[in-house]
This record gives sequence, structure tokens and C-alpha cells, in this order.
Amino acid sequence: MESVTTTNLAPVTNKLACYHCGQPCEDEVLKVDDKSFCCLGCKTVFEILSENNLGDYYKLQSAPGQQQLRPSTNFEFLDNEEVRQKLIEFESEGYAKVTLTVPAIHCASCLWLLENLYRINRNIFRTEVNFPRKRVTLFFNPKGIDLKGVVQLLDKIGYPPHITLNAQEEQQRPSYNKKLLLKLGVAAFAFGNIMLLSFPEYLGLAETEQQFKWIFSLLNIALSLPVVFYSAWDYFTSAWKSFRIRQINLDVPLAIGIAALFLRSLYDIYMGTGPGYLDSLAGLLFFLLTGRWFQNLTYENLAFDRDYKAFFPLAVSVESDQGISTSLVVNLQKDHVMLVRNQEIVPADSDLLDEEALVDYSFVTGEARPVLRRRGEHVYAGGRIVGKPARLMVTRRVSQGHLTSLWNNEVFRKSDESRYKRMIDRTATRFTWVILSLAVGSAIFWYLNDASQVWLVVSSILIVACPCALALSAPFTYGNMLRVFGNHHFYLKNADVIERMAQVDGIVFDKTGTITNGSAATVSFKGQLNDGEQELIRALTAGSAHPLSTLIHRHLEGVPQGAVTLNGFNEVPGAGVEGMVNGHHVRIGSGAWLGMEEITTDVQSTRVYASIDGIPKGYFAIGSRQRPGLSELLQKLGKKSLALLSGDNTGDRERMSAIFPQETELRFNQGPQEKLDYIRQQQDNGRHVMMIGDGLNDSGALKQSHVGVAVTDDTGFFTPSCDAILQGSQLPALSEFLQLARQASTIVKLCFIISFLYNVVGLSFAISGHLTPLVAAILMPASSITVVSFTSAAVWFVSRNFQRPRK
Amino acid sequence: MIIVGFLIGVSLTIALVFLGIFIWSMRSGQYDDTYAPPLRMLFDDKPVEENKAENKADNTR
Repeated sequence: MESVTTTNLAPVTNKLACYHCGQPCEDEVLKVDDKSFCCLGCKTVFEILSENNLGDYYKLQSAPGQQQLRPSTNFEFLDNEEVRQKLIEFESEGYAKVTLTVPAIHCASCLWLLENLYRINRNIFRTEVNFPRKRVTLFFNPKGIDLKGVVQLLDKIGYPPHITLNAQEEQQRPSYNKKLLLKLGVAAFAFGNIMLLSFPEYLGLAETEQQFKWIFSLLNIALSLPVVFYSAWDYFTSAWKSFRIRQINLDVPLAIGIAALFLRSLYDIYMGTGPGYLDSLAGLLFFLLTGRWFQNLTYENLAFDRDYKAFFPLAVSVESDQGISTSLVVNLQKDHVMLVRNQEIVPADSDLLDEEALVDYSFVTGEARPVLRRRGEHVYAGGRIVGKPARLMVTRRVSQGHLTSLWNNEVFRKSDESRYKRMIDRTATRFTWVILSLAVGSAIFWYLNDASQVWLVVSSILIVACPCALALSAPFTYGNMLRVFGNHHFYLKNADVIERMAQVDGIVFDKTGTITNGSAATVSFKGQLNDGEQELIRALTAGSAHPLSTLIHRHLEGVPQGAVTLNGFNEVPGAGVEGMVNGHHVRIGSGAWLGMEEITTDVQSTRVYASIDGIPKGYFAIGSRQRPGLSELLQKLGKKSLALLSGDNTGDRERMSAIFPQETELRFNQGPQEKLDYIRQQQDNGRHVMMIGDGLNDSGALKQSHVGVAVTDDTGFFTPSCDAILQGSQLPALSEFLQLARQASTIVKLCFIISFLYNVVGLSFAISGHLTPLVAAILMPASSITVVSFTSAAVWFVSRNFQRPRK
Repeated sequence: MIIVGFLIGVSLTIALVFLGIFIWSMRSGQYDDTYAPPLRMLFDDKPVEENKAENKADNTR
């Protein structure tokens, strides 16, 4: 099955790419006409779209979809009136409006398809997509289609909405950048006009034209007022704040410089001694705000602070005297009886009321195999029910549960700033003290020589030393680097993360979902089976809910199906299943149970043996798929890779020790708290640890670490609490990312040197009393422009060999 | 030289008008989504009638 190859595809892969999502078809290839699909989900979406004449979706961009491997979500809770009320923004007879967040939106095809929804269902009047926010506003006829129907339709075509009842979470963010842009616009306006009005005076005015000097100066003052009191206001407030906690950040010397520029200009104009420095002032603000804006161009649409609640269901079925109804999870009380179905997450700590249930705790512990719970036993929140639905009695409210207590760990309350002081602020502290002592020194010198010059020289020093170039170096370098990273599907929360990445000297990996590819498992049969025999096994596995049976069953789905009879089905826990299928005695399970010889050479996988009518047929090798390119990465990292922390049992030890360097510590059976403790212990030893995990059970460790990176395969769906999000396929490039981060740090330092040289030149003008407005007007923008062009060129230079990946 | 003063007045007024337009466009949300609108106008509109059968099926539900 895996041997299907074509030659007309890119040489990098010899697998077919899915027509819908572009992922290589790994285990199975589904065909419709001449198009291939990687999974049933992708194929279904294609069929729905072609039925509705929406085939253009695939013409606007090739393979525009997202892989549809995720389990289908249950949207029953949308029938709950309380949920409905919170989501629907407007409703009248025959007309309703709802806005949903759809993380999968990413290209022109998405836009086109979502805005053509009315063609699939007539009851949807209109759809509006806000692309950067990834939000969809739908106008529909509530008589023809209800909210659940709308959401299910979106889900069916591969755009499941992320539904949250916390409206603030979605509405909070937009205004900040807008304000910054407005301030930038005002500064740009003032900069251009003040420069224009300053020219005549620089070029010299004739004796007869002196009355214009006053007009120009007054206009300049008028134009500079909004710059100082609107555009620059943030610098003053920030400087004041940091001054009050007795710290000096970069905004302190900036605010001093801005104030010195403005006051000195007013003085000069009032005394008639010169035109003032108002053009330099407006230019300074223009450059500073441009830098700030550039740095803020991060990934607004990704939320880096989602907590466990995002993964919990919003509502759950609750059993009471009146029967079964849906209830919001936040309303769950102790002693409520809830009904949790297959693949649903248990939202609160509870006791099992049924005979037994299989619970998959991978969400909480990372242990991939489901555990069996019996009646009366405790089930922690966060477990996923596998197989039969389970009835559970709530023992603790959601907010007091086991999983929640992890999130209440002190780690999550600390703000990043308090643990970490930026390089730029350290430099600013030193810078400010040097400038202040210089100012005092020259004040004393001039006081002894020419007391009338003291005030002018001191203000000149403060003006020219304003660390504009210093303030620009970090935003532009890191901003450019953020874009390079983003092109490679490595998204950082903010620019500061790059600086922290540059310091990393130890990397800790999580196993499940990071080293291995989470849910995807490979199944292959070693031995001989004909179609008929495959069908027998398929029929047998249909009766078992054991995850290994499910995997084998899915693997054999493509087998031609006929009528089968299954008798005497028997499942022996920890051994296997057997039954009479069409009169044949079929058994699959462990080698010992079947009386077959265990094969020990193949350590890569879990083995399920099969025999039919007592004749051994071979075994199914089931392995979790390791991400490609991993061993090369680990080789490059060498001693930097500190440890592997796995929530799983030690079954994978041999396999892991084969790919990890010897120095790497391998720890198994690690709970979330242990992972966090390990990171803390390494940090106490003075290391700067980068934690790479999947963001579920290791979120505490991610937060505690110097840089926490969450690896995920669908960037849109899953954005946990972390510093950076890395797409799974880009994990092998990690060492390059680290190197680029270090180079970015070097570039910033080089910028400091350039800025320092400009300051030496400027200060020599200032101390000797020669800083005329014209010199300042040339020197200050020149230093800013040099720094900006140097850093852009340098970032381009270091990342030039780091090519853009294929989609 | 009065003409210089007049020209300055005119140029500043025009600049202020543009600043006003910028602030208005910013406030009215024109910069909120810079990706979708240029694409939206390129999409071809196809008549909805193409899938009548489908619509009927929906309406009868």
C-alpha cells in the first residue's frame, strides 16, 4: 500500500500529495477520478464542494485545505439556549447574525469558499470574512438552519470554528495597533511639514524677510504640539512608571531627549537665538514609532495564552430526574451525573458509575495508552473516554480539579518581564548614567570657562545623546528576524523571545507529539495475508474498542467487504481478541497468548500477532511515527540536547536511546509536575533551558522554561500557553533557528556600536557648543537611517541561505 | 512676499485635510483587513442557478 509512487511530483517526496490539503498520503490513498486524497475527511470535503459547483476552491490555490484527521467534534451543546444566546449577536424572525473564529482560514481559497457558503445552503444569506482576525460573520435564516446546522456545515467543509463563550478573549486585542498607527501618522505629518517650514531659515532669510521667521517658528510650534503631547506621550508615561519603581528602561533617556528637544526649541525661538530643533523632534518620533510599529507586526491571529479551558468542552450531557439535558461545564456541580461519549473529554474530576471505561490520559500525562477504570474509581478531568460512553459523577467543580491545579501553579502567575530584563534596557541603564555624568562634567567645565553657555551645552548633550538609533536597532533586527521565522512556520509571541533564544544552552524535549507525531501511527503487516483473511481480521477487530484493534481495523478499511458472521467473540484484557468469523477461528493479540514466537529484532514498534485456524500468519507492526529529520537535528545540537521527558512508560527507551546522543538524559513516566520540576532544577544550575513540547501536559514546563516552544501540526487549531509555536515539519530546522537568533543578537550589538559612534560625533559637537539645529537635523535622521538599513541588510545576509520551505 | 504666506496657508490646509482623511480611514476600519478586499474583487461571480436541484432539496427540508 505504501509503495505507490509517481515521478511527476517533487523529487523530495516519493509519496502522492493530497489534492485537498497537500500533505503526503502516508498510509492510504483514496482516489476520486484522477485525484488522490490522504484521508476520508479530505475526500469528503472535496465531494461536498464538487457537488455544489464549488470546484474553483482548488483552482485559486493548489491544495488549499487543512488535513481532516482530527476527530469530529460534537456540537450538540449549541442546542443549549444559554450557549446560543451568548453566541448569536442579532436575531429577528428570519434573520440572524453570528460571528465565529475559524482558525483554518489561511489563503484566498478559504476566503472564496467561505464567502460562497450561500451556494451550499440557501438559508445562509451572506458571509463576511475578516482575514487577519480569522473571523467569519454569517447572516442566516434561523427558520431554515439553526446555529448548530451552520457550525456543522463549517465543520463539514473543513473549517471548524473555535467556539468560546468568553467574548472578551476575542474582542480584547484590536485597538492597540490602531492607536500606534494614528500616532505614527500624526508624527509623519508633522515631520514633513516642520521640515518644509524650517528650510527657509536653514538656507538664510534676507533682512527684509525677517517677519517670516516668526510665522515659520509659530507654525512649527503649533505642528509640534500634537507630536509631543499625542505621539510621544507613551514615552513619558513609560519613563515615569519605570522611574517610580527605580529602574531605568530605554524610554527614560528617550523621554529626557524629547523633553530637552522641545524645551530648548521653545527657549531658542522665544529668545530669537535660532529656529529650534522641532524638525529633529518630529523626525525622531517618526522613526521611533516606525520601529515600534514594525516590532508589533507579530501574529495577532495566534493566541499564545490559551489555557486548559480552550480544550475542554463547553457543555456536557447531564443526567437528572427529568432525563438527559446539556449543561454548561461551568455550571457543573458536585454530585451531578454526566454522560461522556466516545472521544469526549471528561471536564471535571469524577467517579465512574459504569462497570468499566477506557480513559485516554494523553492530554494530562502524555501516556499514550488508554487505561481501564472500574466502577467507583476516580477519573481525572482531561481524560478522554475511548469506546463505550461512560456515566460519571462529578466530585469536584471544574475550577478545583486536578488539571486546573496545575494551571494554578505559581509559574503561570509570574509575568515574563519580572523574570527577565531585556538587553536593551541593560544598555539603556548604562547609557543614561554615562550621558548624565557627561552632562554634569561639561556643565562644570563650561561654568568655569563661560557660564552663559552652561544651559545650552547641557541641553545640547541631552538632545544629541537621545538614543534613537539604540531604540531602533532591536525592533528592526528582531522584527525582520520574526518575519524570516514566520516564513518558516515558526511563530514567536514577541520579539523578545529571539533575544532569549540567543541565550539558550540546553534543550529539553517532550516525547509524544514532539519527537513522535502525536496521533498518526503506522500499521504494516509482516507476513502473508490474502484478501479473504484480511477481511476476517477486519471483521474481528470491529468488535473491539481497544486502540490497537481500532488502528488495525482502520488499516484494513480498504479491503473488499462481504457478508460476515462473527460468533463467540472473546476479548482477554492484556492478551488479545478471538472469535469465529465465517467459521474460521481468528485470533489476534500478543505472541505469548497465541503461542507464537515473539520477534525481538524489531524494537521500533508494538506487535500484534495474528493466527487463523491455529495457523500463525505473522504480525502487525504498529509504531508511532517519528518526525523525519530528527536524528540530523539531534546530531547538530549535540551536547545542547539535555533531556527527553516522556509521560509514556519505558517501552520506547531503546528506540529513543538509539536516536539521542549519549549525554542526553532519558526520563520516562514523567508527569506534568515532574517535567516542570526538572526544568526548574536545570535552571537552578544556571542553564537557560528551551523546552520543546506539544503544549498539553507540559504547559507548566513550557512556561517555566526560558523559551517554551510548542510543536504542532495545525498551527491554527492549537495555540497553547507558550513563547513560540513551531510547525511539526519545521522541527529539523531548530538548530538553524537557534543560530539565527544568536546572529540577530550579534547584529543588535553591532547596531549599538554604530549608534555609539554617532553619539561620539554628536557629543563632540554638543560639548564644544557647536550643535546647531542644522547639524542636529542632519545627524539624527542619518543615524536612524544607517541603523535601519544596516540591520535590514544584515538580517537578509545571515538568512539568505535559509530557504523558504515548500508549503 | 504675501504670496508665500498664502501658499503656506494653502499647503498646510491641504496637508491637514489629508491627515483628516487618514485618521478617518483608520477609525472606520479600512486598515483592519488588507488581505481580503483586493482578492474579493477578483473572484468571478457565478450565477447561483447552477445548482437548482440542490437548492430545492434544501428548501423542502
